Amino acid sequence: MATTRTKKKSPPRSNTIKLKFDTSWSYAPAPESRSAANIANRYDLFINGSWQKPASGKYFDSINPATEEKISEVALADQADVDKAVRAARNAYEKTWSKMHPRERAKYIFRIARMIQEKARELAVIESLDGGKPIRESRDFDIPVAANHFFYYAGWADKLEYAFPNRNTSSLGVAGQIIPWNFPLLMAAWKIAPALATGNTVVLKPAETTPLTALKLAEIIQESGLPEGVVNIITGAGDTGAMLVNHRDINKIAFTGSTEVGKIIQKSVAGTDKKLTLELGGKAANIIFEDAPIDQAVEGVINGIYFNQGHVCCAGSRLYVQESVAKQVIRKLRDRIETLIVGDPLDKNTDIGAINSRQQLQTINKYIQIGKKEGAEMYESSCPLPSKGFWCRPTLFTNVAQSNRIAQEEIFGPVLSILTFRTDDEVIEKANNSPYGLSAGVWTDKGSKIFNLTRRLRAGVIWANTFNKFDPSSPFGGYKESGYGREGGLHGLLPYLNLSTK
Amino acid sequence: MARTLTITNKLPDFSLTPRIDQVGAEERAARFTTRSIKKESKLNGLKLVLNMIDLTTLEGKDTTGKVKQLCYKALHLHDAVPGLPTVAAICVYPSMVKVARKALGDSGVKVASVATAFPSGQAPRDVKIRDTKYAVEQGADEVDMVISRGKFHEGEYNFVFDEIAAVKQACGNARLKVILETGELGTFDKIRRASDIAMYAGADFIKTSTGKIQPAATMPVTLVMLEAIRDFYYNTGKMVGMKPAGGISKSKLALHYLVMLKEVLGEAWMNNEWFRFGASSLANDVLMQIVKEQTGIYQSANYFSVD
Repeated sequence: MATTRTKKKSPPRSNTIKLKFDTSWSYAPAPESRSAANIANRYDLFINGSWQKPASGKYFDSINPATEEKISEVALADQADVDKAVRAARNAYEKTWSKMHPRERAKYIFRIARMIQEKARELAVIESLDGGKPIRESRDFDIPVAANHFFYYAGWADKLEYAFPNRNTSSLGVAGQIIPWNFPLLMAAWKIAPALATGNTVVLKPAETTPLTALKLAEIIQESGLPEGVVNIITGAGDTGAMLVNHRDINKIAFTGSTEVGKIIQKSVAGTDKKLTLELGGKAANIIFEDAPIDQAVEGVINGIYFNQGHVCCAGSRLYVQESVAKQVIRKLRDRIETLIVGDPLDKNTDIGAINSRQQLQTINKYIQIGKKEGAEMYESSCPLPSKGFWCRPTLFTNVAQSNRIAQEEIFGPVLSILTFRTDDEVIEKANNSPYGLSAGVWTDKGSKIFNLTRRLRAGVIWANTFNKFDPSSPFGGYKESGYGREGGLHGLLPYLNLSTK
Repeated sequence: MARTLTITNKLPDFSLTPRIDQVGAEERAARFTTRSIKKESKLNGLKLVLNMIDLTTLEGKDTTGKVKQLCYKALHLHDAVPGLPTVAAICVYPSMVKVARKALGDSGVKVASVATAFPSGQAPRDVKIRDTKYAVEQGADEVDMVISRGKFHEGEYNFVFDEIAAVKQACGNARLKVILETGELGTFDKIRRASDIAMYAGADFIKTSTGKIQPAATMPVTLVMLEAIRDFYYNTGKMVGMKPAGGISKSKLALHYLVMLKEVLGEAWMNNEWFRFGASSLANDVLMQIVKEQTGIYQSANYFSVD
């Protein structure tokens, strides 16, 4: 095998030039071992520091969306269980947690953070098994960031007087927390860590399709020696969530999920003295100007929409490209899509895992059909899909109009809508022309343009020349129908505190 | 130069080459390193790496004896393992081209020669042309030239362009690799600009470094150059090769480069006509890994010939 120089061919025409990514050298399967994951056949409810059977005696299955196989079954909590969990939380709040010195509270939170790190591998495997996300993401993003949130808020626990100078801070009581299925452990961390740091106790309900890492977190909490009842984790579907929201002895509701459910919660909380934070849907505008670093922008768009199969409330699902570079950007996106590896979530080389549930896959497919009907041009990766499980190829639509539903409604899947614009004012108007306002991205080499846009875009988080970056010290939350209240950072303490003047 | 003009019809304004965001490029490059390469894909990858190596000796103390030994090594990397490929080329100074040419014979392993007052490039153009012609006359299949970094920093892009075009002409049928010496260029924007100048001026390959300056090849720098090659291909239909050189001495890193090549440019570039590693110690590390893959045991470095 020496050099293999072939005869020069005449260069192909520019419109037929295409890169081929189906290479003769490919990656062998590299699955992460399932043996790291200890999953029980059945999980009860974690109430008052111990595992308790549901009053109804009912359980429901948690399945692996990549294979449709049952992984475990979890208890279905009804009103009696919710009552019991809230009572346990109230009792723990009054007898121990609110009276404990903040420095002692911090120790427990710190310990939980350390234990998440120690069990990171197991948690990552379970997260990928239960939710379908690639192990690369659960290992490098979900679990480490979840641990970081506990570390970060452990630090605030005994420094609240410095967080809010000249104010007295007091805890609220019992927090009811309902989290979604897209980042199960991470969302649990976002909710539990600030609540504990500020001296509240918790009843948390994970999503019905992805309860397992929250239940592993319950095991960690039990092992950490956290006083009984400070954190209670109950499983169930929307009905269980509603019982929690409507419970009279709850002081605070924190919800992350769909705008539809958020509105229902807002209505049911109206007229009570419950505090509420909502982190809801989004349809983020990711904006590429002609002076942007194009290759890095393309990569940012890819991460923005295909991260976690697009199951991200702040996903950059509307791409606005300045017309002068649109052709170039679309070509690069199409090439890049071809190199995304779709398949077994546990394989270390997988970029895009399984869609979280059959129901969500149906929603995504419905929107793909709508996009086609609306006359947008669809392009999807040519990758093969496994025969079992819930899968969707990375997809993009070009020639999308502002009036198209695929440009207006949240799809929550790996589907990108590409629109074009001409001027700064035009793109700001179009980006803001949405009921949502959670996040946005700006790609330009010009600093002044970044500041102009960040000032005028109505979105809670705006990334410049990057996307989907998270840090516990940075607040996150929305405008308009994307919700209100902030999580993360110093701002993330406020929803769990009452402030009064000294 | 006339040839280049007929291919592209018009030249871009090199002061307006695409801008590169360093943070983004580094992040993207790091992601390639998370690919897991195991079992048969590792073995196949390692063999491909071996076949892409420009086995290099560029020292003031190079002698006929040293070059001959290196050429023998190029043809017989590790005879204990049958079925191994040869390296792609031997890379030497012009004075050693004849020796290497004779030692390699018709094996198919190419002779590459550095030229144009390597490594500094600080010589007048006629000297550089003479240097190039000498290497080609001596039998070099490939010429590795250096660009005039001083002129480049002065903003004399036309000077740099014309010089590359003139050297390309002097190469005749030899393929031209243009060394940007990225460690002296300072920013990713400038690396991208130098890449574009070299390709539009007629480079058959663009190459990161001489190996004499630190930092030499890095993954982010190579990524920026691969993306420049991709854009050039989109715009002109002409393929240009890539050669990272210097600092790649471990198999694992070489496999990461292969992953990057596969995911940026794809199949057409996955061979030694379009991709090379400029390296002196990489081959032995790859050999050690191949033996380990086949036997399950790491062998001592003493089992692998140094030259």
